[in-house]
This record gives sequence, C-alpha cells and structure tokens, in this order.
Amino acid sequence: MSSRLWPSLLRYAALITGGLLMIIPFWWMLVTSIKPPGSVLTVPPELFPRQPTLESYQRVFATVPIGRMFFNSLVMTVVSVACQIATSAMAAYAFARMQWRGRNVVFLLYIATLMVPSQVTITPLFILMQRLGWVDTYPGLIAPSIVSAFGVFLLRQAMLSVPREYEEAAVLDGATHWTIFRHVVLPMIGPALATLGVFATMSTWNSFLWPLFVTRDERLMTLPVGLALLHGRYTTEWSMVMAGAIISVVPIILVYLAAQRAFVRGVALSGLK
Amino acid sequence: MIGERGWHKAGWLLLFLLPGVGGLLIFTVLPILASFVLAFFSWDLLTPPQFVGVKNFADIFHDKEFWAALRHTLLFIAGYVPLVVVCGLCMALAMNAALRGIGILRTLFFFPVVSSWVAVALLWSWLFNPKYGLVNYLLSLVGIPGPGWLFDPNWAMPAIILTSVWKDLGFVLVLFLAGLQSIPVDYGEAAALDGAGRIAQFRHVTLPLLAPTTFFVLIISLINSFQVFDQVWVMTEGGPAGATTVLVERIVRHAFSYGEMGYAAALSWVLFFLVFAATLVQFRVQRMGNFDV
Repeated sequence: MSSRLWPSLLRYAALITGGLLMIIPFWWMLVTSIKPPGSVLTVPPELFPRQPTLESYQRVFATVPIGRMFFNSLVMTVVSVACQIATSAMAAYAFARMQWRGRNVVFLLYIATLMVPSQVTITPLFILMQRLGWVDTYPGLIAPSIVSAFGVFLLRQAMLSVPREYEEAAVLDGATHWTIFRHVVLPMIGPALATLGVFATMSTWNSFLWPLFVTRDERLMTLPVGLALLHGRYTTEWSMVMAGAIISVVPIILVYLAAQRAFVRGVALSGLK
Repeated sequence: MIGERGWHKAGWLLLFLLPGVGGLLIFTVLPILASFVLAFFSWDLLTPPQFVGVKNFADIFHDKEFWAALRHTLLFIAGYVPLVVVCGLCMALAMNAALRGIGILRTLFFFPVVSSWVAVALLWSWLFNPKYGLVNYLLSLVGIPGPGWLFDPNWAMPAIILTSVWKDLGFVLVLFLAGLQSIPVDYGEAAALDGAGRIAQFRHVTLPLLAPTTFFVLIISLINSFQVFDQVWVMTEGGPAGATTVLVERIVRHAFSYGEMGYAAALSWVLFFLVFAATLVQFRVQRMGNFDV
C-alpha cells in the first residue's frame, strides 16, 4: 500500500510546488504595487501590506502616458490581428483551393521566410520606415505585423482538411470563389482561426523589439516599451514599476482566462513564441 | 474546378493573394534581401552608404565583443534549454497522471507564458534584488547568503536563465503533455505485465515514444534561445560590465547606439547562420539516434 502511496505523494508535492512557484511571483507583483512607496524597500520584506494603497498606480498614470500606451497597444493588437487573419485566410485559400502556376514555389518562399529570424529584417524595415517618414507613427508601428507567414501556413493546413464535397456542392450551385471562401471554407475552420487570433493577439500585445525600434515619442509607445521606459526612469521605485507591470499583464491574462482552450491549442500548435 | 479562364481567374487570384503575398514581399522578403545587401555596406543613415565588401564580416570575426556575446548566448542556451526541458517534462509527467485540479494548475502555469517578457523581466529583477528581493530573503531563511544576482557578473546570467525558465515552463509543459497523452496506455500496461518497474517503464516505453515531442521542444527552445533579447535588455542591458551581452543585443547596439547599420545587418546574418547550423546539427543527431523518425 505504501509503495503505491509514495509516488502519488511525490507527484502531488511536485505539482503543488510548481503551482506555488508560478503564482507566488504574481502575487508578489501585486503586493508590491499596492504598498506605500516608502515601505517597499524593507529588510525583511513585508509579506503582507499593512497599508495597501493605490498611490503607486496614480503616480504611474501621472508620470508616463500609460493610458495612451494602453490605447496604442490596443490599436496595434486589434488592427494587426484583424489584418493577419484576413490576409492569411485569403492567401491560404489561394494556396489550398486554387490552382495556379508557381503555387508551390511561392509557398516554399513562405516557408523559407519562416526560417529567417526576425532580427534580420528589423534593420532594413527601420530604414524603410525612416524613408517613408513613418517612424513614430501608427502605420510604422503596425505595418510589419499586418501579414503573417505562420498564419498562412496554419490556415492552409486547416483548409486542406475541409472536405471537398461542400465546395463541389457550392460550385454546382454556381458559387464564385469569394462565396465559397466566405460561406463554405471559413466557417469550417473556426478553431484554426481562433488559434491564429489568440496567438497573434498574444505576440502582438507583448511585442517589444519592433516597437522599441520604431517609437521614440512616449505618446506612440506600446505598453511593453512604456514599461521599460518607466523602469529606466524610476529604477528603484519598485512599487511604481510593479504597478506598471500589473497594468500591462492584467489585460492579456483576462483575455487568456476567457479563451483558455484556444490559447493552449494555439501555443501547442505553433511552437513559436 | 470552378469554370474560370484567363482574366477572370487572374482577377480572383489577385484578390486573394495580393494582400498576403504583397505584405510578405514588402515587409519580409524585400527586407531580407535588403539586409543581405546592407551587410556588405557601411551606413550610418546620415552619410551615403559605402560599399565595404566583406569587411563587416571580417570585423565581426575579429570583434572581441562579438565573441563574448556569442559565449554568453551559448552559456544561456546551455543553462536554459536543459533546465526548461527537464522541469517541463517532470511537471508534465506529474500532471499527466493526476486527475483532479490539473486544469487549474495548467492555467497557473500559463500565466507567465502569456505575460510580456518586459513585465516578467522586471518582476524577476525585483525578486532578485540582492538587498530587498524575495529570493535572497527566502535563501536567508535557510541560512544561505544570497549573491548579488544582476549586479554580480557571475550571477547575472544565472538570474536571466532562471527567469526565462520560469516564463517558458508552461509552454514546454503543454507540449510535453500533448506528447504524453498521445502515448497509448496499453504500452505501459504491457510492460508492467512483463514485470517492468515504473522507472524501467519510463526509460523503455515513455521516453522513446516521447522522442518526437522532445525533439520538437529542443528545436524550438534552441532556435528561440539563440534570439534571446527582451529579458536581457530589460534586466541588465548586457551588463554588469558586459557580462550578459548576447547576439541580438549586439545587433541592436550596433544599429542604434553606434549607428552602424551595415555591421548590424552582417551580425544578423551571422545569427541566422548559427541558428541554421545548430538546427541542422540537431536534425543529424536525431537521425543518428533513431532508426525510424
């Protein structure tokens, strides 16, 4: 009996430890953010705030345009995700359901670009934005993320497994490509669309390198960049920095909680971060 | 399939392809080509670009800071990849058999995954604070004097590694869980019937059947860790005293702090080459170890 119990105990101990290791840092982030600024740097650290206050949050809002940054992140994410889904779905349809010369070559091109790390394109993209006068502008911020090679890959895969009978029936009824695309294929790849949406949302909301490059003005910065800026200015004011971190993390966690299954599936499928 | 000829077909094709492929050309393909050309020039964006042939690449070869960044990147990989894979696998094994509450646990494990690197890096910068941070406090409770972490050249990279493992654990966990759940239960039972103990079962049934998943996790982790940047930039900016410079950090520095666009482009191609080579090596090793991949 005890030889059966031991592995179980070990297993649950490992799981509980793991769970605690995941949640305690977040809890500490929250606790630090609601402590009065003066009481943060104490030895030993105050494990439970005696006088919780929202003062640090107020200071964050007062010193950087965090509301504006939130809005920028929101705009960037919504526009990027919508465009990625739209352009990827249409291109995927062309690859999956249309016959044309050079189809395989162009698709190989897509795969090839997936292999090249994003850091290779960042320098020329910045130069392009500069030439266009798009540095520190919304177009400059959003443009590179309106298409997604990964999205085309994913959606093409999904479309290939839609049974042809449905389309054939639609063709018999005299449907055009657009009709088939919109009313036959798209509804049938719902999970893949959700997966792409979730993955694109997560990676755009959290993206750092490109917004860091292309925005100089605080009012154009996204949350991650703004958060780094906040930290740069108030390096030791941890209650403020943690407040900023909470502001940037809570929205995406809420989205995650609302769409959990799609998230997990999306991450597992993509394998990309 | 659909009755279409000539112009009509071309029209439809254009409609569907233009946004996606057009965007790809402008924002990916062209920049890749431009970057390749740029690597043979020297350009500070203010004066006209100058053709320098392979000088950038030769300079990289002689650049001490490049080699240091490469060393640090490899150090990061050596610490991060095994740790995240082993811990992720252990958690997945533990979770796979447990029946109650794993939904909640998996949710918790994903909180770090969906958070931004900046937020996570700042959180752990605070946790690793030598004087007031929670980590050193907890260490002191068990009698261990905590090191200077991000302020100590010897401990900065370990701190970054631990932070990265914490963030990506849920991601690796989910991948391994998916792999584990696709292993038929009967295999383990058959082995048990033949008298195999738990450990033998694990070694001879689970692990081999998990090989494709493990391979996938290793490849993804390797490719991603070569490109490590966000957390390094936020936690140490490559310090202290250049102890945590990494390849992408070098690219960013040369492009933006030093205004050396051509050199930065050349560096990014060296990075691509390294990632490509490492991936190839992994594929070779995988093929050598398996007879039926």
